[in-house]
Amino acid sequence: MDTGVENATPFAGIGASVKRKEDLRFLSGRGHYTDDISRPGQTHCWFVRSPHAHARIASLDTAAAAGMPGVVAIFTGADMTGIGGVPCGWLIHNKDGTPMREPPHPVLAQGKARFVGDAVAMVIAETRQQARDAAEAVTVEYDVLPAVGMDNALTPGAALVHDDVPGNLCYDWHIGDEAAMRAAFSGAKHIVTLELTNNRLIPNAMEPRSAIGDYDPTTGDHTLYTTSQNPHVIRLLMGAFVLNIPEHKLRVVAPDVGGGFGSKIFHYIEEAAVTWAAARIARPIKWTADRTESFMTDAHGRDHVSVAKLALDEHGTFLGLHVATRANMGAYLSTFATSVPTYLYATLLAGVYTTPAIYAEVKAVFTTTVPVDAYRGAGRPEATFLLERLVDVAARDTGIDKLEIRRRNFIKPDQFPYQTPVALEYDSGDYFSTLEMGLKAADWAGFEARRAAARAQGKLRGIGISTYLEACGIAPSAVVGALGARAGLYEVGTIRVHPTGSVTVLTGTHSHGQGHETTLAQLVCDQLGVPFDKVDIVHGDTAKIPFGMGTYGSRSLAVGGSAMVKAMDKIIAKAKRIAAHLMEASVEDVEFANGEFRVAGTDKTKAFAEIALTAYVPHNYPIDEIEPGLEETAFYDPKNFTYPGGCHIAEVEIEPETGHVRMVNFTAVDDVGRVINPMIVEGQVQGGVAQGIGQALLEACVYGSDGQLLSGSLMDYTMPRADDLAPVSVATHTTLCTHNPLGVKGCGEVGAIGSPPAVINAVVDALKEYDVRHVDMPATPAKIWSIIHGSAQRAAAE
Amino acid sequence: MPQVTLTVNGKQHSVEVEGRTLLVELLREKLRLTGTHVGCDTSQCGACVVHVDGNSLKSCTTLAVAVDGCSVTTIEGLAAADGTLHPMQEAFREYHALQCGFCTPGMVMSAVDLVQKHPEGLSEQEIREGLEGNLCRCTGYHNIVKAIDAAQEVMHGRRASVAAAAE
Repeated sequence: MDTGVENATPFAGIGASVKRKEDLRFLSGRGHYTDDISRPGQTHCWFVRSPHAHARIASLDTAAAAGMPGVVAIFTGADMTGIGGVPCGWLIHNKDGTPMREPPHPVLAQGKARFVGDAVAMVIAETRQQARDAAEAVTVEYDVLPAVGMDNALTPGAALVHDDVPGNLCYDWHIGDEAAMRAAFSGAKHIVTLELTNNRLIPNAMEPRSAIGDYDPTTGDHTLYTTSQNPHVIRLLMGAFVLNIPEHKLRVVAPDVGGGFGSKIFHYIEEAAVTWAAARIARPIKWTADRTESFMTDAHGRDHVSVAKLALDEHGTFLGLHVATRANMGAYLSTFATSVPTYLYATLLAGVYTTPAIYAEVKAVFTTTVPVDAYRGAGRPEATFLLERLVDVAARDTGIDKLEIRRRNFIKPDQFPYQTPVALEYDSGDYFSTLEMGLKAADWAGFEARRAAARAQGKLRGIGISTYLEACGIAPSAVVGALGARAGLYEVGTIRVHPTGSVTVLTGTHSHGQGHETTLAQLVCDQLGVPFDKVDIVHGDTAKIPFGMGTYGSRSLAVGGSAMVKAMDKIIAKAKRIAAHLMEASVEDVEFANGEFRVAGTDKTKAFAEIALTAYVPHNYPIDEIEPGLEETAFYDPKNFTYPGGCHIAEVEIEPETGHVRMVNFTAVDDVGRVINPMIVEGQVQGGVAQGIGQALLEACVYGSDGQLLSGSLMDYTMPRADDLAPVSVATHTTLCTHNPLGVKGCGEVGAIGSPPAVINAVVDALKEYDVRHVDMPATPAKIWSIIHGSAQRAAAE
Repeated sequence: MPQVTLTVNGKQHSVEVEGRTLLVELLREKLRLTGTHVGCDTSQCGACVVHVDGNSLKSCTTLAVAVDGCSVTTIEGLAAADGTLHPMQEAFREYHALQCGFCTPGMVMSAVDLVQKHPEGLSEQEIREGLEGNLCRCTGYHNIVKAIDAAQEVMHGRRASVAAAAE
């Protein structure tokens, strides 16, 4: 409809579902991903990888390969002298106060390969195919050693992944008050025990990892183009710990990145290898993983085995919780691996409940598998799955309704701030409201009628709930530093106002699907009143952006956005002084709103762009008092974690003949704090839920007893497809974060954290006539069919 | 080495390739059309889908020599010459059907072919089943399905714009 109004600028500030700035280039094929880059004179690299899970390298012969067409150079571990190993970013201490075992992680294997896919040589050639052909001609003789898995790593006499790590034990850590927990259990009416596994997952971002090393011998400048969520972190880790390149000679560029979900946080050996080798041959080197390599070498996620015990009184009040977990680290310690099953997991075991005594102990073990590290949610999905399954089992064992037992134990709105017995202090939340909204949206009350209708069709229908909480907005530097983090976790933002009033934002966060170029621009529209199309966000290049920590732990808005707000506060403060000068008023009398400076109570105004121009063309300017220019940088270190939470409800239907579980409905009601762009938040939740449903029903990384990766391709590892999923209904209920200026909490991980237990609770509910207490993930047709069929056989035998 | 002559996005190219060169390698490396992506090595993910003589095809498992004489459309060639987006592209933007953008080119090309082959219209379930050959790890498909549903209305002339197809 033609309204006759031209160029009406739609509201693009906080709360608007603005369409994304990013989309046009992605939809037109003009995205700029690492593998799209081609440097002049570029060579290509292929890694020779161990086919064995655990083997000594008896001999390595590269002579034949070196003579193959197009081969430029071949390097092995023996060539990589004088450089360090890939470091781990978080030091964990054992129960007795001693530090964890931290064996070196060499760039190329030194004498021994420790998982299928461990790199033993790199072959560089003119084309990718030539490199690949030559890699096949590298002859490696292996003395094969026994594979080490989660089932045998801690067994006395087990083969050692690292000769100097006795018992394959990385650490034996604990948190909480053991005596208080034991006292709670001694007085309990009920003790509910559950053993469960959190299945190992393979992240599978659609863009395979890629890295290009480039070196300019005339300046000594190194450049690494890489698929990273945090280019400055990679520069710091690789420059300072592996290759000894000072920051001013090392640039790391993470251009468009095709999904990460945690797997692109970590510093990988391929990044160091191509950077190091590019300087040796003085030519650029590109490496791009094929999907098989992604499966074999991207850090995997989850992989916990736990025993959980909950003590309750006669009313179903939670008295105490005891959790013992074994967590798989894989063969080497990846960047944040050690923090995941400790401070990102056990600190979450209070959940949304007032359990007064909690004690958790975690053994981290080395195995001959690829390293395990953060994957969407990182520790928090493991805690949530354990707790929300345990609560459902407690309801079943005590005979208390599963909603009622949750309500009886919820932290109440007037109990915030709430100090848990496992270190965290929650600032805000309203679990009763998200529960009620979820029950209504999912039509919980009408479920039994739907169950009966399904039954009439020969289907088993079940409904499941999870009321969850997570901690994100990672993280207060002093707090995490005291807990072993080897870095600060603040974020940085620069607001560069240009002379005519447009704005470029430089942020240390990185967007790889989250839509930061849109959401962060909305913050600028809102605070400075600058039109949306006059704001651009720059990220992902250490030569352009100040030192920031990147994107993970749902931190970009809560930490990175807060840094931008601080920087914009500085911009406004300076601009007010300039405006006061121009309008001959006192700075205290100058107000700023909607992009306009006004002398309070008068019609004297100056537009934001006028002030910007004055700052850069300072002809009439208080030059003795104020510097020219209008650009400010702020670092924001959060005061606390943020605590999103909510209610997820899954409804499933099982076909008894096949054991197939079909998702029929999924409802998510999440409190993510203030919502900047509802469209993007909804998309983040939907995507997270899909990964959670994938974990619950479809996905499992499987290693054979010989350490071979059996689920090593998209034909073996069941990634959710469109027809595996149902529409996901998403709603938000906002309580504001009390300690950051935006009141935001974070939305990137909630979907993957809240959903798996809701799905499994629904599956168990659907199977209730078969007396099923627990089903481990994934609830595959074979597993479900066996439960139904086995139960029928038992019934027939009785 | 074999010579392949083909039309890509309306422009004719004659390119020398190895016998084993894949169509996607020809597009990305020889013609520098990097909008077509490689997401897997088992023909499962569909990030590489292009149209060959009007049919969607996985360019990562097609030899370049096999398309000699064919007409190929890639994501770069989908919008009109004046830059006007195809209704499917417009719908993906309108419905937030993309996040990281990596699967998007193949997803869009598959979706265009799916809708073109079904002038009678597709139900939500049929759209989901029609996307069997395309993986997305970001969106959970929810908004992709909505976008395709809206785009089919426009592509078959039942609505004027994808925004108007919104409920």
